[in-house]
Amino acid sequence: MGPELRSWKEPHRLVLIAIGIGIIVFAAVNMRWDWLPRYSGRLVEGVGTTLWLLFLTSALGFLLAVPLGLAQAAGPFWLSGPARAFCTVIRGTPLLLQLWMLYYGLGSLFAYWPEIRESWAWPYLRSAWPYGVLALTLSFAGYEGEVMRGAFAGVPKGELEAARAYGMSPLTAFRRIWLPRAIHRALPTLAGETVLQLKATPLVATITVVDVYAIISRVRQDTYLTYEPLLLLALIYMMLTGVLVLAFRWLEAKVPVKSS
Amino acid sequence: MSSPHSAAGTSARQSAPAVQVADLHKTFGELEVLKGVSLTAKTGDVVAIIGGSGSGKSTMLRCINMLELPTRGAISIKGETIDMQPDGRGGLRPSNTRQLQRIRTRLAMVFQSFNLWQHMTVLGNIIEAPVHVMGVPRDEAIARAEKLLERVGLSDKRDVYPAFLSGGQQQRAAIARALAVEPEVMLFDEPTSALDPELVGEVLAVIADLAREGRTMLLVTHEMKFAREVANHVVFLAGGVIEEEGPPDIIYSAPKSERLQKFLATVQ
Ligand SMILES: Nc1ncnc2c1ncn2[C@@H]1O[C@H](COP(=O)(O)OP(=O)(O)OP(=O)(O)O)[C@@H](O)[C@H]1O
Ligand SMILES: [Mg+2]
Repeated sequence: MGPELRSWKEPHRLVLIAIGIGIIVFAAVNMRWDWLPRYSGRLVEGVGTTLWLLFLTSALGFLLAVPLGLAQAAGPFWLSGPARAFCTVIRGTPLLLQLWMLYYGLGSLFAYWPEIRESWAWPYLRSAWPYGVLALTLSFAGYEGEVMRGAFAGVPKGELEAARAYGMSPLTAFRRIWLPRAIHRALPTLAGETVLQLKATPLVATITVVDVYAIISRVRQDTYLTYEPLLLLALIYMMLTGVLVLAFRWLEAKVPVKSS
Repeated sequence: MSSPHSAAGTSARQSAPAVQVADLHKTFGELEVLKGVSLTAKTGDVVAIIGGSGSGKSTMLRCINMLELPTRGAISIKGETIDMQPDGRGGLRPSNTRQLQRIRTRLAMVFQSFNLWQHMTVLGNIIEAPVHVMGVPRDEAIARAEKLLERVGLSDKRDVYPAFLSGGQQQRAAIARALAVEPEVMLFDEPTSALDPELVGEVLAVIADLAREGRTMLLVTHEMKFAREVANHVVFLAGGVIEEEGPPDIIYSAPKSERLQKFLATVQ
């Protein structure tokens, strides 16, 4: 299908755009938005928190996923076993449970140790966000570790052989061929996982981290409004998702794949 | 290239065979594929290796650059023997990785299934080993790659990813990748077997061109006519040993062993 056919001028797209504009006009005219200016500063901060949570935990999670995937795809049993167990446990239990286990379980255990309470780390261990970051990171690593396992295993043997045949050391072959090739294979799945990660971030509001979801909850409590804040929240997440999807598309387009 | 050795040492190096395979054995589990193969290729030789399917042609070629580890035997390139030690399980393994990696850069292999790196453009594939293994400056490597692309007729495909090339074009790109390391010996493992019949010619033309130029090549092939034209030595593998070898005219027109006669009858 040529790009000109995919333009926004297609009839069904025009209809969708018209409906979209209609909803916005309806919402703007018939709903209450007077609270918006009062909360705009906090909303921007909340979006900021959501975004840094997303980027930090996806990046850290991915860094963990690479060794997790590699261990499962090519490691000895004493590495692949624990890696597989980790991925299975993470993927087999709800993220909310993991988050609460870390925050209420681990977090409260720390309080019993005077050494910890007096250490430099205590201010961090007392606050909520490190547990949120840890839980989200481990979750992303668990899912993406499985994806990377498949991606590493799926790189054609012949290409790795060619790397060896041309004198690459194992490290060079990994850095130049195996890893980039695996990441490229994993990219479409990675895009989806990152969007899921975005939509998992509001769970941290349950352990008192103030992200955009927490701000919207606050709005609802303060104003007794239901639909308006939730509608805005949906809009914010959709926009963030859209940006993520576009960014990954751009990345994927850097190495085109033949569609057949 | 190397530091000035004694005159005697240097000339010994130069007169040493490009490739020497000595008493090569290879076993896969219970299956003994190579049962003592010895082979010498002088500089400038084009050695064609022929034999039935499963006779161990690929295995022998892959033992030369240690993609497959020999069970017994020795490989020397330009008089330098690849250091091996027992692996404790009845086989051998390279004992000097640095040496192996260095020797591998002098042996360029062209695979049956091309094995181009799919996440790099054609140019990227060609400059990869020079830049990231041999330390050639990038712009120098690119300049050389462009000449090679011209030579194999792919100048217009420089920035294309391998998946968008035909099989014949991919194999020519792979040959350019092999030439980019300025190898002393080129190893071809059935370079045209994965190609559609109409694409075989363009690849054979490039290989014939290299043979005329005096490159040392070991070529596993099923293209008997081609082997006869370009090779100056033909090796027939059967039953894990070299059953017969000699100049192509004699091998093809007056085969002595019964197995070779049968083999030639089936492929022609
Ligand atoms: N990695 C391996 N593990 C086990 N057996 C193997 C392996 N590689 C090759 N073999 C076996 O060794 C024998 C020789 O294989 P090889 O690929 O060297 O044959 P070939 O002469 O190249 O055949 P072809 O013309 O079909 O390519 C075959 O029986 C094959 O099944
Ligand atoms: Mg073979």
